[in-house]
Amino acid sequence: MARKLPKVDVVIVGVGWAGGIIASELTKKGLKVVGLERGKERKTEDYFMVHDELRYALRYGLMQDLSKETITFRGNERIRALPMRQYGSFLLGDGLGGSGVHWNGQTFRFLPYDFEIYSKTVERYGKNKIPAGMTIQDWGITYDELEPYYDKFEKLTGISGEENPLAGKRSDKYPTPPMKKSPPLKMFEEAAKKLKLHPYMMPSANLSESYKNPDGVSRSACQYCGYCERFGCEYGAKADPVVTVIPVANKTGNFEIRTHSNVRRILKKGDKVTGVLYTDVTTGEEIEQPADIVVMTSYVFNNIRLLLMSDVGKAYDPQSGKGVIGKNYAYQVIKGNAVGFFDDKEFNTFAGAGSLGMVLDDYNGDNFDHSKVNFIHGGMVSLSQTGMRPIQNNPVPGGKPTWGKEFKQKSVKYANRFLSVGAQGSSMPFQHHYLDLDPTYKDAYGDPLIRITFDFEDQDRNLAKFLASKCADVLKEMGANHIDTMKELGPYDITTYQSTHNTGGVIMGDDPATSAVNNYLQMWDYDNLFVVGATAFPHNSGYNPTDTVGALAYRAAEGILKYKDKGGQVV
Amino acid sequence: MAEEQKQNPETLSRRKFLRNTGFTVGGLAVGGVLGSLIPRNNDKQQKAPPLAAENFNQALMYFTPEQFQLTEAATERIFPEDESGPGAKALGVAFFIDHQLAGDWGFNAREYMQAPFFKGEKVQGYQGRLRRRDIFDIGLRELQNHSMAVHKKKFTELKEEEQDAILSDFEQDKVNLTTISPSGFFLLLRSATLEGAYSDPLYGGNKNMDGWKMRNYPGSQMAYTDVIEKDFKKINPQSLKNHLNH
Repeated sequence: MARKLPKVDVVIVGVGWAGGIIASELTKKGLKVVGLERGKERKTEDYFMVHDELRYALRYGLMQDLSKETITFRGNERIRALPMRQYGSFLLGDGLGGSGVHWNGQTFRFLPYDFEIYSKTVERYGKNKIPAGMTIQDWGITYDELEPYYDKFEKLTGISGEENPLAGKRSDKYPTPPMKKSPPLKMFEEAAKKLKLHPYMMPSANLSESYKNPDGVSRSACQYCGYCERFGCEYGAKADPVVTVIPVANKTGNFEIRTHSNVRRILKKGDKVTGVLYTDVTTGEEIEQPADIVVMTSYVFNNIRLLLMSDVGKAYDPQSGKGVIGKNYAYQVIKGNAVGFFDDKEFNTFAGAGSLGMVLDDYNGDNFDHSKVNFIHGGMVSLSQTGMRPIQNNPVPGGKPTWGKEFKQKSVKYANRFLSVGAQGSSMPFQHHYLDLDPTYKDAYGDPLIRITFDFEDQDRNLAKFLASKCADVLKEMGANHIDTMKELGPYDITTYQSTHNTGGVIMGDDPATSAVNNYLQMWDYDNLFVVGATAFPHNSGYNPTDTVGALAYRAAEGILKYKDKGGQVV
Repeated sequence: MAEEQKQNPETLSRRKFLRNTGFTVGGLAVGGVLGSLIPRNNDKQQKAPPLAAENFNQALMYFTPEQFQLTEAATERIFPEDESGPGAKALGVAFFIDHQLAGDWGFNAREYMQAPFFKGEKVQGYQGRLRRRDIFDIGLRELQNHSMAVHKKKFTELKEEEQDAILSDFEQDKVNLTTISPSGFFLLLRSATLEGAYSDPLYGGNKNMDGWKMRNYPGSQMAYTDVIEKDFKKINPQSLKNHLNH
């Protein structure tokens, strides 16, 4: 029998970006909030020895322990899903701050097109442009409605950037100027301009200068040390929840974080949820935390898994397309890229920052005419200089050989003489891409793992090829002596790292029949349950998702306060 | 002065190191991190000159001597010594792999190893029940067996080209094994070789940071704000040990 604790106003499940933002906004208004975090405590001092590629990039020091919980995967419903036994395609964050600790800090707004993707695609190209099985839908919110929340998240994090000429209108400029421009970025910029494209500096959560945010939190400038992605920032220069929102919530005296607390069920009674059941993983004790409002803020997979295990919301059925929990799982089409080798130039590419980059959006969203191409949407094209660490970066022209004398000579020769131009392709949802509970494999507590059914479609293959050729065009203009371009996307392969941009499964919209949450991320079926995160995306855009997650979290916080005030559906 | 140097050869080599690596400016050593590299000769409390430092890390935690020699020979073919710099052997890669197999990585401790086990599609990743240390035990034994079968000699006694051909047979799955995937073992060996060549020296490979020096990688530096906007600049590498000294 679980030990029952006194009721609180709000319990949040997972303390990363979404959980941290919700906690800071609600505690500032005087609500009593408990944050349950299954991982451990984190602080900047933990990163004293962080410049360790083996420990963090290869041995996944900051990531979830897969021996306790993983996901299962299959390409389609006809084959048996098997567990992801080792890391590959994406990396699941763990501990206080979650994936917000090990991100690169690339902070993009989605395009106005994204939020009305169905209507705008049909309007410009007709219904036949959308292939059978593709389940794109409007988000139930417009760019203009979400804009103030983007602005809030960007001011919270101090984003360094400059105006993107091909994006939605901004109400204010970026809080800090762009990052320093390295020689490879200048080459990309010049080449792109010669090609009549529109390059701009990547919006960065690694600060270009010291910055004090509206909450009064000060952070110092980025040192370009080259250890961002997969690492924590020892300077606190990279915005993460631990150095921004969490201390703000703590300072109110209204926030209690319980680490090592693994939530296993959402509890419900009638049309309300009543709290959560969790296990204290240090003692094994089961504890019930009642609350007036429950906010799900863990990573995509766990948000959905907990809803399904708790029988909260209607599970998605891929045969009929009915039901919503697990629907519209999407990812990122990121392999459409090109690598250029320069015989006569050497670069300081050992240095860098997670969001030091130059980007162009000429091939993103609906910024170009799709009448003559066999896909919709697109992706941003960029050159980013994140720090070329030596274990993971050993390309040779032509990709061969991969070992022996010639490999060694060439990989050493080109160690500082190659530049990649990559594309972040959008990912459209399909009826048969979804998440549900695995019938066979269990986690360390005997609960079912989440199962991914997903593969690339013609849409993705065509898009990747198109983007790869555009990347190669830029590299050619930059003067590369040899260019290796992706030829075929191939099937989705869970063994090679692509991106930790998993989206969908508890999507937002304006119709309870086709979406799980309203545009405040409040569940249609349970007024006092909010599900916050990239789970809400009906599709994934050609950008990194965090800015949109942050913006939606601010909007959800507003929705929770409205609900607290008036009750019922807040839309 | 000359006598002092004779008594304490380390002083000379450190001075030479500082000079060669450009750490001195107009004869004066730069402070901070670099200052601590200069031995304090004037320190009255200094005892007898230190003995030549012995690397106590170079012993075996997991491998048998035979496994160690096989690993050393095979990784040297994957990453051979050449005019650009040292190979796997001189970098201590086999010690690195030995130490890694002895710990979490060797036991697949942070990976999902629960039954049931089924053969999956390639895109579903590794689905075996064997752990890395088992795979190395089997893989190294089979490397030796294959060498004996083809040449009637141990792998370590083969010529370089013969060793390459044996490794290629593993890489291309031309060896018939029922227990492990030959190419899977080869890929594991290859990735571990690069890890041993380029990880921080604290793990037993990348000896003396020579892997980093070879490719002009500066290792662990606190800041690159001065060089980020400039053309390529060679920077003497630092390891994590430098951070602990301060």
